[in-house]
Amino acid sequence: MSEIRNYTLNFGPQHPAAHGVLRLVLELDGEVVERADPHIGMLHRGTEKLMETRTWLQAVPFLDRLDYMAMMCSEHAYCLAVEKLLGIEVPERAQYIRVMFDEITRVMSHLMLIGSHAFDIGAMTMILYTFREREALFDVYEAVSGARMHPAYYRPGGVYRDLPDSMPKYKPSRFKSEKQLKEINAAREGSLLDYIEDFFERFPKCCDDYETLLTENRIWKQRTVGIGVMSPERALAMGFTGPMLRGSGIAWDLRRKQPYAVYDRLDFDIPVGKNGDCYDRYLCRMEEMRQSTRIIRQCIDWLRKNPGPVIADDHKVTPPKRERVRGDMEGLIHHFKLFSEGFHVPEGEVYAAIEHPKGEFGVYAISDGANKPYRIRLRSAGFIHLAAMDELARGHMIADVVALMGTLDVVFGDVDR
Amino acid sequence: MSAKLERLSQILRIVFDGRLHSLAEDRGEVTIEVSAEDYLEVARTLRDHAELRFEQLMDICGVDYSTYGNAAREPGRRFATVLHLLSIEHNWRLRLRVFSADDDFPVLDSVCELWPSANWQEREAFDLCGIMYSGHPDLRRILTDYGFVGHPLRKDFPVSGYTEMRYDDEAGRLVYQPVTIEPRENTPRVVREAGYGDAGHV
Repeated sequence: MSEIRNYTLNFGPQHPAAHGVLRLVLELDGEVVERADPHIGMLHRGTEKLMETRTWLQAVPFLDRLDYMAMMCSEHAYCLAVEKLLGIEVPERAQYIRVMFDEITRVMSHLMLIGSHAFDIGAMTMILYTFREREALFDVYEAVSGARMHPAYYRPGGVYRDLPDSMPKYKPSRFKSEKQLKEINAAREGSLLDYIEDFFERFPKCCDDYETLLTENRIWKQRTVGIGVMSPERALAMGFTGPMLRGSGIAWDLRRKQPYAVYDRLDFDIPVGKNGDCYDRYLCRMEEMRQSTRIIRQCIDWLRKNPGPVIADDHKVTPPKRERVRGDMEGLIHHFKLFSEGFHVPEGEVYAAIEHPKGEFGVYAISDGANKPYRIRLRSAGFIHLAAMDELARGHMIADVVALMGTLDVVFGDVDR
Repeated sequence: MSAKLERLSQILRIVFDGRLHSLAEDRGEVTIEVSAEDYLEVARTLRDHAELRFEQLMDICGVDYSTYGNAAREPGRRFATVLHLLSIEHNWRLRLRVFSADDDFPVLDSVCELWPSANWQEREAFDLCGIMYSGHPDLRRILTDYGFVGHPLRKDFPVSGYTEMRYDDEAGRLVYQPVTIEPRENTPRVVREAGYGDAGHV
């Protein structure tokens, strides 16, 4: 009789369903996964080490490059940590702007997730629709910060600048007729807030469209219901946070339980799953996008009514206005000091956590009083969730591993740091 | 919030009578420090004690304190493992810091059996800071390259590293070689004395 042995399969590092660069060593018994051993680190750039060699302000753009599907949320956590160390107050308007952009980012991240999750499982159409909406949100990023992907818009003390009064428009070209141009520029006639409002006016309808494609889709349900079930107790022990934890039925959301910025003044609900499988987590994320829409609408209302400063007035930390740099000796000194030596952060340590689209994103910052961080530790949800891959995949078919990859919502910039 | 933290500190003082090296409340966060011998037992109590109930381990990280404040450290105060715990039931957080006694070969008990989420995080702390966790089921490197030498987050490890990789035309494969770039520092790291920059400071 021939010897029977398990088959070991190397999934990745380059694989369309690996969401980046993941090498997954799968031990198979026929088609059933016996053991999954993720090898990560292919995208390790040593962010924590690099941040130690930069000033506190120069470290902000690194945060964008962590989770490149949810850029501004990571910046928020870092800014909260630095502000807590410095003990400075952020103007209220800046906090509303941050919350609005956090939620826009959450929608972007979830759109990416739902699109690619469905795409991995075989629903090709989804990703085309979700990317259409993501594109509009990238324009929001671009209008406010000048960058589509890595904005570095949040700064310790507030945000870099106020929301612009006009949206950039498409310019006439020989590829677009007058009529087409008018159509695509229709939403861009007003300010950025008008544009965002217009988008979130039609966004719930888009969510309905996604749901008609997926929620009751028989194939989608066959591929996700009962796959990767996590009991609430186990989810807690594994360190799950965010939709992964809520999918298992635990109503834990930092925006509610440990509110930061102005979340305690806003009205929204926390969707919770029941069975802790891929399908419930999908439903949670779908509902979270609708709740984000609610939050954004409240923020728009508030921001329209309340103009004001968007960055703290403490010029030991935040740059002075350009006129003051040109015309005022003190402003010049502040500007020079700030962008050469940087600001000094008092000795101490803090842990600032926010509700990132993927779970809890925490920044643990240690300062010894220097102009650079002594140690920055980035706690990313993706890393912790991917650690549960082995447990989730055991006993499932190899095709389900792809569904699990999708539901874990891992982004390798975030996992490998 | 602060009344809640006070309650937490009080409970900690009662439960760990004498075992706490320090208990600090700073910027709305509670930090406790225990010795490496007590670490595992303290962690177990933190998880299971009805009034503490830290059922989630949020984060483990290794810290190399060797150049902290540009000052010399006494022996046994170089490598710390810092845990961030969260209690969903009581909605509070705690930071637990443990120093490893030996600076040349830092060892600490593993908390994998208490919180399964510690598995990868301890691997990461081992990989990047070189802290060994005894009792860990699978202490392999996790983030760095296969066959990597050294622990990058130690303060004596240069930012540019020791080896670099390039494609060698003659050999027709990737080769490793010593780094050819010079590390440079654009902005020097400075620790200013207290009150620097304030009005009236000389």
